[in-house]
Amino acid sequence: MEFAEHIKTANVEDVVLRQPLHPPSRGTLCITGHHLLFSDREESSSRQVLLLLRNIDAIEKSVENLLGYPGFFSNAGHSERPTDLSLEDQWDLSSPEKHYSQMKELHERWRLSSVNRDYLVCASYPPAVIVPHSIDDDTLKKAAKFRQGGRFPILCYYHRKNGMVIVRSSQPLTGANRKRCKEDELLLQAVIDGSDKGYIIDTRSSQQAQQARMTGGGFESKSCYSRWKRLHRQMERGKSLQESLIKLVEACGDESHNMDRWLSKLENSKWLSHVQTALSTAGLLAECVERDGHSVLVHGSEGTDCSLLISTLAQLIMDPHCRTMEGFLALLEREWVQAGHPFQHRCAHSAYSHARLQQESPVFLLLLDCVWQLWRQFPLALGFSEALLLRLASQTRRRPNTLKRFRRK
Amino acid sequence: MEHIRLPKVENVRLLDRVSPRRRRVGTLYLTATHSIFVENESGMRNETWVLHSLVCNVEKQAASASGCPLLIHCKNFQVLQFVISRERECHDVHLSLQRLSQPERYEELYCFSYKPNIDEEERRQEWDFLDLKADYSRMGLPNSLWKLSPVNQHYKVSDTYPADLFVPESATPPVIVGSSKFRSRGRFPALSYYSKENHAAICRSSQPLSGFSARCLEDEQMLEAILRSNPRSDFMYVVDTRPKLNAIANRAAGKGYENEDNYSNIKFQFIGIENIHVMRNSQQKMLEVCELRSPSISDFLEGLESSGWLKHIKAVLDAGIFIAKAVAEEGVSVLVHCSDGWDRTAQVCSVASVLLDPYYRSLKGFMVLIEKDWVSFGHKFSHRCNHLVGDPKEVSPVIDQFLECVWQLMEQFPCAFEFSERLLITIHSHIYSCQFGNFIGNNQRERIELGLRERTHSLWSYIWTNRADYINPLYRPNHSQTQGLLRPSTAPYCFKFWSGLYNRFDRGMHPRQSVEDYLRAIQEETQQLEEQLTSHKEKITQIEQEQEWNVTSKETTFDKSPTVWALGNDLGLANTPQDYTGGFITSSPCQPKADSSLILLPKDLNQTSDSNFSNSSDQESGIADVSCRSPLSEDSTRDADSDEAAYSAA
Repeated sequence: MEFAEHIKTANVEDVVLRQPLHPPSRGTLCITGHHLLFSDREESSSRQVLLLLRNIDAIEKSVENLLGYPGFFSNAGHSERPTDLSLEDQWDLSSPEKHYSQMKELHERWRLSSVNRDYLVCASYPPAVIVPHSIDDDTLKKAAKFRQGGRFPILCYYHRKNGMVIVRSSQPLTGANRKRCKEDELLLQAVIDGSDKGYIIDTRSSQQAQQARMTGGGFESKSCYSRWKRLHRQMERGKSLQESLIKLVEACGDESHNMDRWLSKLENSKWLSHVQTALSTAGLLAECVERDGHSVLVHGSEGTDCSLLISTLAQLIMDPHCRTMEGFLALLEREWVQAGHPFQHRCAHSAYSHARLQQESPVFLLLLDCVWQLWRQFPLALGFSEALLLRLASQTRRRPNTLKRFRRK
Repeated sequence: MEHIRLPKVENVRLLDRVSPRRRRVGTLYLTATHSIFVENESGMRNETWVLHSLVCNVEKQAASASGCPLLIHCKNFQVLQFVISRERECHDVHLSLQRLSQPERYEELYCFSYKPNIDEEERRQEWDFLDLKADYSRMGLPNSLWKLSPVNQHYKVSDTYPADLFVPESATPPVIVGSSKFRSRGRFPALSYYSKENHAAICRSSQPLSGFSARCLEDEQMLEAILRSNPRSDFMYVVDTRPKLNAIANRAAGKGYENEDNYSNIKFQFIGIENIHVMRNSQQKMLEVCELRSPSISDFLEGLESSGWLKHIKAVLDAGIFIAKAVAEEGVSVLVHCSDGWDRTAQVCSVASVLLDPYYRSLKGFMVLIEKDWVSFGHKFSHRCNHLVGDPKEVSPVIDQFLECVWQLMEQFPCAFEFSERLLITIHSHIYSCQFGNFIGNNQRERIELGLRERTHSLWSYIWTNRADYINPLYRPNHSQTQGLLRPSTAPYCFKFWSGLYNRFDRGMHPRQSVEDYLRAIQEETQQLEEQLTSHKEKITQIEQEQEWNVTSKETTFDKSPTVWALGNDLGLANTPQDYTGGFITSSPCQPKADSSLILLPKDLNQTSDSNFSNSSDQESGIADVSCRSPLSEDSTRDADSDEAAYSAA
């Protein structure tokens, strides 16, 4: 508990707590190594507020006045007492190995490769990945060099109905002088083996993709990947998504209770537009696979944010199993934890924080919002409730890198 | 019939608003009461019925190569776009519909020709279904503080008020008459809601004719009397629901608001709800947003904001909350008025009643509330809903706003209301459809003159007969949150856009799954299973008794234990609440088993006849809608369906 050494005063008496929708209450404030505890002194109410220190997003001290130091705590999630967790049997929710062994249909054309055994080919991929049968590990290694962060195309979803697949990767490193990579082309060719074409959904606009070439990135050109048809759908990412969330949270906290102001702030935050874009892009992806009957490759630039977002949503839309409790958690485990979404960077803070970090971005929260929207439209389709989404939202905030610790029995 | 220029048009296309590529080809028939579109392409005969009285406007658009488009807007927010191949025919249909949808006399309204298969005796009983006096006596009236006044018996004092009104015990006829002369249209302060627990009351009136300085002794006495009939309180609120500026402007016309100096112990309060013209324009703008083909989120939010619709809904709810809190928490009586006291006043009083009294959140109570605060107190339905061709400036969606306020409350308190959204939608469409006599005319006097009780049917008993369709399966009257005063949040984000009403005909737009229907089906199934369980149990008891009898007759006393065990078990089971009903019905265990199956029978019969009835009359009324119910089968096909649906929506 080296944390505890930072505690200067553990106990403060006579503190007033003001919270929206609650009358102010007076009580004692305690600081422990992990929590901030406020307990009401009045006998009638036994109100306790337990706040995980990790959850504190911003602390402000305002001008001293007669009442004392009003401190503003904004917390980015609910806190609750820890429940008994048994560590066994919690870590094998889903893995590519398990995924592969469950999908017998897959075995004919796809294999499980352990080329990334020591995380040497791609640091953000799991040790085992699913790739086309006809592609050997050497080809994979070469193809990985041609993709940003080594994220070569791997299978993430197999559509049982027509045998089509969703594959995801990062952008190809074509660069300004249009480099090619034979192995990468072979790998993609193997993905659509036997079919006349495939789609590439690029989560950037075509202009953005062109610009990416200047910094060494790029896209799959028509001449080199003749059987693939590229579709560009611009999705917001990174900082501007964070800005959007900040504006949204600010709009929710507006206390003027003015309808016009709320609607214009909501509009201005553009958050719902992002939700709409994400859902419609996922819908497009689902349509390509289900209705058009073609395999799809999804990528943006790094392939760790928007690509995961829409491949997850598309699976949720297409596969009833993913809509069960078990299936959804397994999906998150596969598509977010194992697929290397940088939770630590993306969820370091929340909307109140003044520290505007470059890497901060609420992509995972956007996913949860999209799932919530799906649930609103199809209340009988999901095997879990809003409560799970809320829990996930606060859990990622608290322990970004151990999403999977949480699993309800 | 003479207005129908062309009874039948072949080869008409009906376009789908959301995806214009999807179209249906068929024949359009014009009858005296409905336009009927019969799709004749697919093997199934698919009909769309539109009641003429629901048609709001008909617009003939510029002809193109494919034909002549005819756009029909309905008062229940249905929008139909027909394309008729020949211009001549389109012209005729246009003219006929225009005339048919705008009746000039009350006698032309649908309710006078609507003849369901109900005999005269039953029809007369329909009108006795709701009794307002019973509601007043439910509130504990008359009592020592409030009395029924015969002063308006022949609509002499106020022709827009009902005949039966409750006034303070101490208000004498001269005071009432004097007060009425000082109020617009003679609408003197009368009781709307009375709280038995703390004697606080909600009264309503129209604005006083105070001008800049006029006073009226009787009116001041009248308010004094209202204040005194709440013995525990030493002041009362007078709530003017208009924006202050509007009220001041009215003073120049010799009307206005109460001067706090002239009335003893009143607290005067403005609550700015805009007038009917603002509301009409606001709804118009909001509906334009609904009709956008594929709006972006920004288009939608900007449009919604600039329409101001939700702002107005919030204003009405805020006002209702203010009054409900004054009555329930402060125990203070409130007098509410606006200009004439039949629009905003009706909204605010009825919203406050819904918040205050759980009774008005029940199915029957809600009907009573509309009958009392809207119908009897003279909300001008025929003018506001444009039943007859008339002044378009009189039209305004005042009652729509009330229904929406209730819907917003239902969203916040899903277990507090006995009825579901479907009831609100049904009431809404029948307010405009003129199929029933309830909402015809502008006040009670007009209704009596029209002889509506003698010549038309009542919506309330129709709803009551089909009440199974309107019940909210989540209703929990005993839940702590749903008892007493509702305290809704009025944070702006609690107000939602009611796509269930405004976009209810755009089925392609949101393929919704109804949790409500699903729960209802589960409830029904549970009930059936419980009934089965009871009958099985009974059978077991019976068999055991027979055995026991056999056993005892053989005089082998040792073998009794299984029976004892079974009996004990039975008793234990009977303690679970769901067993009580079964237990009560089959009270004597010795009855033969045929009897218990008889108990099941009438129930089933009822259900089937109910649903038949509702189906047929739905078609009659032209509500093409509501339920896509397939409760039990839905479950099994659900996943496959939602697959399709989920991504077509996305």
